[in-house]
Amino acid sequence: MSAVTTTTGAAFIATLRRDLLIAYKKKHDVVNPFMFFLIVATLFPIGISPEPERLGEIAAGVLWIAALLAAMLSMDSLYRSDFEDGSLEQLLLSPHPLYFMVLAKNIAHWLVSGLPVVLVSPLIAYMLNLPDEAYLAVFLTLLIGTPVLSLLGSIGVALTVGLGSRGLILAVITLPMSVPVLIAGTMAVQQTLNGAPLLGYLAILGALLLGSLALAPLASAAALRITVN
Amino acid sequence: MSVATTAESESLANSKIPVLAARDLYCERDDRVLFQHLNFELNAGQVLQIQGSNGSGKTTLLRILCGLNDGYQGSIFWQGVEVTEQAEQFYADLLYIGHRVGVSKVLTPLENLRWSSTLQQRVDDAVIYQALCDVGLRGFEESQCFTLSAGQQQRVSLARLLISPARLWILDEPFTTLDTTGVDLLERLLQQHADKGGAVLVTTHHSLQVPDLQRLSLG
Repeated sequence: MSAVTTTTGAAFIATLRRDLLIAYKKKHDVVNPFMFFLIVATLFPIGISPEPERLGEIAAGVLWIAALLAAMLSMDSLYRSDFEDGSLEQLLLSPHPLYFMVLAKNIAHWLVSGLPVVLVSPLIAYMLNLPDEAYLAVFLTLLIGTPVLSLLGSIGVALTVGLGSRGLILAVITLPMSVPVLIAGTMAVQQTLNGAPLLGYLAILGALLLGSLALAPLASAAALRITVN
Repeated sequence: MSVATTAESESLANSKIPVLAARDLYCERDDRVLFQHLNFELNAGQVLQIQGSNGSGKTTLLRILCGLNDGYQGSIFWQGVEVTEQAEQFYADLLYIGHRVGVSKVLTPLENLRWSSTLQQRVDDAVIYQALCDVGLRGFEESQCFTLSAGQQQRVSLARLLISPARLWILDEPFTTLDTTGVDLLERLLQQHADKGGAVLVTTHHSLQVPDLQRLSLG
């Protein structure tokens, strides 16, 4: 008889808790993307114009681009330390489907790097003089869109984590996949300002989220196997 | 198909199916053949030491057997059935410790072991405390692993040997950073595991003091 194993659910939760615990202990991994988001967003009024009308026009785009860049910045920490200390091999050798283990890591990563950005976005929106009727649209699109960025970015990181000098290659792999999310997010806000119903665009983003939830961890898992090989 | 099944049941009747068997393994890297026509069997209760000079493919062989490396030809059998057909059972019964020992430096030994045990079989904290005590890390349970020395981190990974229910241990150079008491401890663990009917595959340049040691030379 083979040994009695834990359920995949228990392993999923253990991996999620472990990654949250690591994030709690390595606070700079959490704080860096968040601070980066704040800095990028605050540079726009200085660089372009402090006039409220002009800021209001670009506010939604600024928020989305800053969120995208912050997500890119944070992605590298997703598998790096696990790859270096051998935990990644242990994860690959667990009897559980790698899909769920990768999903647990992606969720933990979004909770510590994506969610803070979403939560602070209304404050930055206020600073950038975003029109009142767009607040909900920005918040909801970021809430649905940033997990997609994390899930897609995970594929790129999984592919590149074994490379010594990564440089821009992560951005080159990840950005093309992220652009549709950026378009859907900013379009949703623009169209809401023009009076169109928000729900249609949210549905598009929601479909992107569900699609990437189902498929991206599979791609990440395959990429991790190639990387470790 | 039916012929194969009969053959299988016959070999079952003859009992003594090796825990792990490799048939005609072939691996090349960078146009250099690491090994070819490699056959071996590992039975329950055996310790198999893989020997070979640096770069002879010891680590590669272990990673191939674990399924971390798929750049090979040939077949690997787990209890008479190909590993690829029963990966889940295989991984539930496998414990691998590589060069990179799989201990997160940010977490404490306790947290590390909680996680790695939950991947296979959850154990109580009391068991983990006892295992850490047994490998000589009493008092370090709650220290973050980056404060520990390389040898102590290796010992954290060795504590997994005490906790895991796995029958097959695959250990890649487990002796490198251990001090003499650590070496004695690990040899004792290997011995105990073999006595209990487990199987061990180990690469080391250290001359192992384990009775009934099998050897396989590469290169």
